[in-house]
Amino acid sequence: MLRPLPRTPSRLNRAEMSMRDKIWQINWSLITVLAAIASVGFATLYSAAQGSMEPWATKQMVRFAVGIGLMISVAMIDLRFWMRHAYTFYAIAFVLLVLVELKGTIGMGAQRWIDLGFIQLQPSEIMKIALILSLARYFHGAGQQEIGRPLFLIPPMIMVFAPAILVLKQPDLGTAMMLVMSSGALFFMAGVRIWKFVVVITGALAAIPVAWQFLREYQKKRVLIFLNPEDDPLGAGYHITQSKIALGSGGLFGKGYMMGTQSRLNFLPEKQTDFIFTMFAEEWGMMGGLVLLGLYALLLAYGYAIAIRCRSQFGRLVAHGIATTFFLYFFINTAMVMGLVPVVGVPLPLISYGGTAMLSLLLGWGLVMSAYIHRDIPISRRGMGED
Amino acid sequence: MYHDNDRSKLFTRRAMMLAGGKATLMGALAARMYYLQVMEADKYAVQAEDNRISTRLLAPPRGLILDRNGIAMAVNQHNYRVMVVAEQTPSLDYTLDALSKIITIGDGDRARIHKEVRRRRSFVPLSVRENLTWEEVARVEVNAADLPGVVIDVGQSRYYPLESLGAHILGYVSAVSENELSGDPLEELPGFRIGKGGVERIYDMALRGRHGTSTLEVNSVGRVIRELERKEGEPGIDLNLTLDMKLQEYAAQRLGDESAAVVVMDIHTGDVLVMASTPSFDPNSFNRGLSNEEWKDLSTNPRSPLTNKAIGGTFAPGSTFKMLTALAALEARDITPEMRVFCSGHTQLGSIKFHCWKKEGHGAQDLVNGIKNSCDVYFYEVARRVGYEKIAEMAKKFGLGAPTGIDLPGEKAGIIPNKAWKKAALKQPWHPGETLINAIGQGYVTATAMQLATMTARIANGGFAVVPHVARDQISEKTARSRTAPSWPSLDVSRQSLAWVRKGMFAVSNEPGGTAYKARITQEGMWLSGKTGSAQVRRITMRERETGVKKNDQLPWKERDHALFVAYAPEENPRYSIAVIVEHGGGGSAVAAPIARDIMIEVQKRDMARVAADTGGDSIAPDLRRF
Repeated sequence: MLRPLPRTPSRLNRAEMSMRDKIWQINWSLITVLAAIASVGFATLYSAAQGSMEPWATKQMVRFAVGIGLMISVAMIDLRFWMRHAYTFYAIAFVLLVLVELKGTIGMGAQRWIDLGFIQLQPSEIMKIALILSLARYFHGAGQQEIGRPLFLIPPMIMVFAPAILVLKQPDLGTAMMLVMSSGALFFMAGVRIWKFVVVITGALAAIPVAWQFLREYQKKRVLIFLNPEDDPLGAGYHITQSKIALGSGGLFGKGYMMGTQSRLNFLPEKQTDFIFTMFAEEWGMMGGLVLLGLYALLLAYGYAIAIRCRSQFGRLVAHGIATTFFLYFFINTAMVMGLVPVVGVPLPLISYGGTAMLSLLLGWGLVMSAYIHRDIPISRRGMGED
Repeated sequence: MYHDNDRSKLFTRRAMMLAGGKATLMGALAARMYYLQVMEADKYAVQAEDNRISTRLLAPPRGLILDRNGIAMAVNQHNYRVMVVAEQTPSLDYTLDALSKIITIGDGDRARIHKEVRRRRSFVPLSVRENLTWEEVARVEVNAADLPGVVIDVGQSRYYPLESLGAHILGYVSAVSENELSGDPLEELPGFRIGKGGVERIYDMALRGRHGTSTLEVNSVGRVIRELERKEGEPGIDLNLTLDMKLQEYAAQRLGDESAAVVVMDIHTGDVLVMASTPSFDPNSFNRGLSNEEWKDLSTNPRSPLTNKAIGGTFAPGSTFKMLTALAALEARDITPEMRVFCSGHTQLGSIKFHCWKKEGHGAQDLVNGIKNSCDVYFYEVARRVGYEKIAEMAKKFGLGAPTGIDLPGEKAGIIPNKAWKKAALKQPWHPGETLINAIGQGYVTATAMQLATMTARIANGGFAVVPHVARDQISEKTARSRTAPSWPSLDVSRQSLAWVRKGMFAVSNEPGGTAYKARITQEGMWLSGKTGSAQVRRITMRERETGVKKNDQLPWKERDHALFVAYAPEENPRYSIAVIVEHGGGGSAVAAPIARDIMIEVQKRDMARVAADTGGDSIAPDLRRF
């Protein structure tokens, strides 16, 4: 799975690697898994367009190709560069978030995009990566004793909640929750005591009735409908009911590729984005669903293996953080379409049609690969070479 | 280094913990997938099909209605409708404006479309107007390019080519009302019509046929994607009637403007050849939609054009009832045919004087003369001897006092009163005088033309309980099969009694002095035997009798007598019976008998023409040996 280390003299001088060494280290099997998952997406988008490359499949393939290129570029760049500029990226992402809040393009009833002309930029996606980088940097520089001090945890908490609140205001409950949850995982991995999590989670649960007041009407409705979808079978519960029908009617082996009647006849809402898993599972059945789940699990395993192999805490945290974010993406999405969690707008990673999510995810995996390539480079507290 | 090593171990430990958590959650996903796609798969598969498949009904063409010779009485016509599909128009109002320059669209239609367009999905065609003329269709088609979203659609509507002729028998079709729903899914179709009145109603189920289905694949908003399967329905059964519309036409013409009813039936089979009720109406006008004025005219006309008087109009049978009185007495052996009664113009019962229609009296009368002269005094005496109950019993045997059972809706029962009936209906005891009055078909006795024709048929066929019908085939719910040669039950009336009564009827129209002698048929082999009747509808006062009873033409229409005549023919081997009732027509001999004669000549002429063409003939007529 993971390549043996190259027998090069640079092993003695781990701080510096030649470009040739780095290229030798490119993890092709990881890219293969990514490509396999993306291919499932292409095929499903092709089917969603009734057997046509337009309007989705071609664009998605181009994005994936560009994304893989960017991913390799990111992987080539020294991990220390990413660490050194982690806070800068965070600052940029934060400013962009504030910008959409001030003057965002209105779309889907929510302010989520900045129109840069050539791309619809979604700053919350950038923030997902930037937050992991900056939290990893913060905890990288912290000793075990420091992490034990509650005051030490206040800056990263602000780092998490400031963007999370902005995203929630857009409103984008799904992304806000993902920011908080993936950060939580990072805190955990950094070694924050478990009892502190217990306290925070208990406190959060206690705050639910208060938070309820701040939810938008449609968000409240979504939660209520989730708790009892039959309440509103033709309204807000329609999505989830139809999704379950399409998925369930797929059965063990599915209705066959391009034969999904429910999605074909538009009973399935947003079949090319958030509900693409339903469409896939209708056509490929439980077997197809399990294969896809297996591919995701494999990708996750790569992330874990890389994280554990990393010599630096920064690399470990980044690799694990990206893997966890990725996990949250596909878990929330699939659990949502299966009616296990409320309907929140989270795409199925690498498969749902959409540009920013695809790019940010591949950039994320580029960072993971960078952590792999530079796994043996010791990084000082300030982001330099050996301590 | 040691320091970082420590962190690394902590990291690995915690990574494993989190990985365990993630694995658990993924296990939950897999379990959920298993639950939805394996355990609940069948349920969702059914729901998915329900989602996708929509079944629409196809209305079969309604069965035709034909007369006994194949003349079309009810057919289906193309009904061109202009429809508009809202989503294909730039603006509904724009399209309607454009359309209204080409064909007329009422304000009511416009309002209805605007109301409907809000309720329906935008791709559902909305009917703008129905029953377009061919010219209007052409105008719309020519301008199709300027009328986006406008489509012409062809449905079917009922058309009655004979118009008012036979309208009462046919009935009409119209939309299903709430309380008429029978569960046939066809009734749910918009624009579906069911039979109302006449054979359209009584054989509605057979005429409807069976619906077909079109299985369509629809998407989430109900738009049709394609047709998956099409099962054509079965068209309705074509209904052949026993009526002869040529005769019907003749009868209607012969009745002219009178408010009258004529029934001609086959005394052996019960086939009704003619059933005319005048004045009539055009059932097509119901399809077109009646204006208020037209409806008012039809519903308030004193000659009630909407009523089928042949089965729905009850009249005092008058003297046509006398055969039954005679039969009751003969059968009870309370009289002999030779018994004579002296008619002085009136008879006395207690303190009340009962008059004969002939003021100066008929002199001595036996049975044949009593019938021939329609002598009231003779029948008063007969009734006095036999008593009223036996007369009522005989009347019921011959089909009076209850619906004949003809296959038409709205048949009236008429009244054959007796003591029990009077007590129940009027809470009064029976007066002996009423026996006399009712015995000559006055008083409470009422009957329909159909009942009188049936009565005459039963007398002429030798006492068999023939039942009239208008459908040639035996029609059950949705099938038709040929009627078998009927074997009617016997009425248990002796042939001798019937023969004596028929002898009297023969005398009525064939012996000089008979009340219908002037209306006799002289053509050989077509002779008819009959009985006149003039039913009083007003009370003649003592004072009027002293000053002279007013003639019918001196009276307002409503006070004139009903003119009646019943007969059968041909005399030698009877085949047809007829009943004519002309409401407020005057005397039976002067008004009703000539009508009956003319119609019966026509009937027999057609019969002879047919026999000449096909010498087979039917031999189900029992041998009726004459005295």
